[in-house]
Amino acid sequence: MSSAEINKNEVDIVIGALNADLTQFLTSWRPFFSGFHLIVVKDPELKEELNIPEGFDVDVYSKTDMEKVVGASNATMFSGYSCRYFGYLISKKKYIVSIDDDCVPAKDPKGFLVDAVTQHVINLENPATPLFFNTLYDPYCEGADFVRGYPFSLRSGVPCAASCGLWLNLADLDAPTQALKTEQRNTSYVDAVMTVPAKAMLPISGINIAFNRELVGPALVPALRLAGEGKVRWETLEDVWCGMCLKHISDHLGYGVKTGLPYVWRNERGDAVESLRKKWEGMKLMEKSVPFFESLKLPETALKIEDCVIELAKAVKEQLGSDDPAFTQAADAMVKWIQLWNSVNSSV
Amino acid sequence: MAQLFSSVKPTPMLKDELDIVIPTIRNLDFLEMWRPFFEQYHLIIVQDGDPSKVINIPEGFDYDLYNRNDINRILGPKASCISFKDSACRCFGYMVSKKKYIYTIDDDCFVAKDPTGKEINALEQHIKNLLSPSTPHFFNTLYDPYRDGADFVRGYPFSMREGAITAVSHGLWLNIPDYDAPTQLVKPLEKNSRKFALSLKQPILYVDAVMTIPKGTLFPMCGMNLAFDRELIGPAMYFGLMGDGQPIGRYDDMWAGWCVKVICDHMGWGVKTGLPYIWHSKASNPFVNLKKEYNGIFWQEEAIPFFQSVTLPKECTSVQQCYLELAKLVKEKLGKVDPYFITLATGMVTWIEAWEELNSDEGTEAKAPNGKNE
Repeated sequence: MSSAEINKNEVDIVIGALNADLTQFLTSWRPFFSGFHLIVVKDPELKEELNIPEGFDVDVYSKTDMEKVVGASNATMFSGYSCRYFGYLISKKKYIVSIDDDCVPAKDPKGFLVDAVTQHVINLENPATPLFFNTLYDPYCEGADFVRGYPFSLRSGVPCAASCGLWLNLADLDAPTQALKTEQRNTSYVDAVMTVPAKAMLPISGINIAFNRELVGPALVPALRLAGEGKVRWETLEDVWCGMCLKHISDHLGYGVKTGLPYVWRNERGDAVESLRKKWEGMKLMEKSVPFFESLKLPETALKIEDCVIELAKAVKEQLGSDDPAFTQAADAMVKWIQLWNSVNSSV
Repeated sequence: MAQLFSSVKPTPMLKDELDIVIPTIRNLDFLEMWRPFFEQYHLIIVQDGDPSKVINIPEGFDYDLYNRNDINRILGPKASCISFKDSACRCFGYMVSKKKYIYTIDDDCFVAKDPTGKEINALEQHIKNLLSPSTPHFFNTLYDPYRDGADFVRGYPFSMREGAITAVSHGLWLNIPDYDAPTQLVKPLEKNSRKFALSLKQPILYVDAVMTIPKGTLFPMCGMNLAFDRELIGPAMYFGLMGDGQPIGRYDDMWAGWCVKVICDHMGWGVKTGLPYIWHSKASNPFVNLKKEYNGIFWQEEAIPFFQSVTLPKECTSVQQCYLELAKLVKEKLGKVDPYFITLATGMVTWIEAWEELNSDEGTEAKAPNGKNE
């Protein structure tokens, strides 16, 4: 499949603007964003006007728009990196592709710029294989297949819910790791897409992600907010929490989550050592989350995404609520999110 | 921290701790290409087929060769668990080895080149894989965090960053991929490459990653390019009953892989897959393969749900105990699929008995082979 074969009308590219000047970002992505509809959501806490170059089919949403749609008190759900979830909420498309505004297209080992949008859509359009590991990775890509010993009954795969891309240059490492290895850059281009097996947990990064909104949209929850959450990724965990929920629900419903290509090139922003000064509470929350998700079983009766999110929120409140107020708030946010999703998406 | 395992210091050769096990039926000319990488290691050659045939081995290698007569002599009636006329017989080599690690490779596998054109030292990469931890409990999106230049990503729980001990390193293949017979028949010209690579000599589907297969996930383990910690998982590496007199072939490594993964998951050990690549030169005859695999294609549909749902009791604290428990369950649950599984379960038990015997103190004397270099 090439970019000529994907249906651009099925895709919204949602960009959370944490920087006011999107000129460099959008200019560098122009070859791959052109022809697509863009939703740019401005961080409600960003004071400056956004600077967006001409020539894009773009709708911009700011704090005022958020308040109109979800009410002033709910607009706080979309501050900082979570602003992009507002874009997910109001989009009407089948697929969403979301890239952080400090990333530009990467180059593959042959020197060609990577069309991350097309690769994400290809990942989403092709089946996933979470039930058995294929040692040649994506069996549906050109030049590969299922290997000997792969059960035939599992070769048609399952729907792909999400496509998690990676990053060259500045990888998505946490603050302690990056602070320790200030010079470390990711130069390794791993030429593969693979499905993360069912029941396996992983940290999903929001920096370069795409998902099937029609299939799992409500499961991308803007829920976990760190007390000291900041404007650099090192000071957030919202996407990791969202990803744990998404993966668990996908496993429950029999969908797949892919990881690997495409790469984006991620630039410097912020100072890992500076971020270290904040108490790294994210670490504690992750430690508590892991055993929770490991043992969690959603009821068999939860067959719709919205029900899965509600059940998950209930379990979070019951089992993690007493550990940390952040979890109670996350659970409440998840419930609120489903209410908003239902109200916004039913009035069509 | 992950950087403790970087290759700032060179990878140890482990030449006194690792045996290379090679099954063969024809000759070992392929060793000539591997000489720079294998010459310092002890080889265990398991000669399948007619024991009177003389296998030609290039000069200068330190090896022990075992043919069927040796296997029968050493194991006596227990030799029934070792396959005949199938490369599954290689697991006899695991049993007689005294080393901590095993590397096994097929005799039609050659040295591959990486995308820069450099020859790949597959053995060195396997050793790196085995000596560094695995991460079976949480998937790292940047793959092996212990590799140079890699690390754990944001969100990876700190409590899991020491990883688990690595029991198995499963390598891959360039050129002829390890496809089953139906796939070979449908795609006769396909090599492990992307279409743009047809103009290049070297196929380019080189995926530069090592990763841990998550706990609870099964995979098809190929025995062509495989290394493992024999002291840890050796007793579970039984390659089953295949070939002559058996209704199935080309499922030896698959069977071992399912058993090994279930036991590794139970014991908390890791299984890695990915690098290193070797160059697989021979595409075997798909029609012959189809005949061998035929039953396997149906039986795996039953076997896999069995392995996916099996739980080993807490009381099984050694690999041997786990394996015997598995054998019992195979007989109970898969015996109804076909009587072959009852025979196989018996083979599994015999294998453990033979393993225990040979690996006890008294067993060592009985092991001397007939074929040995001077």
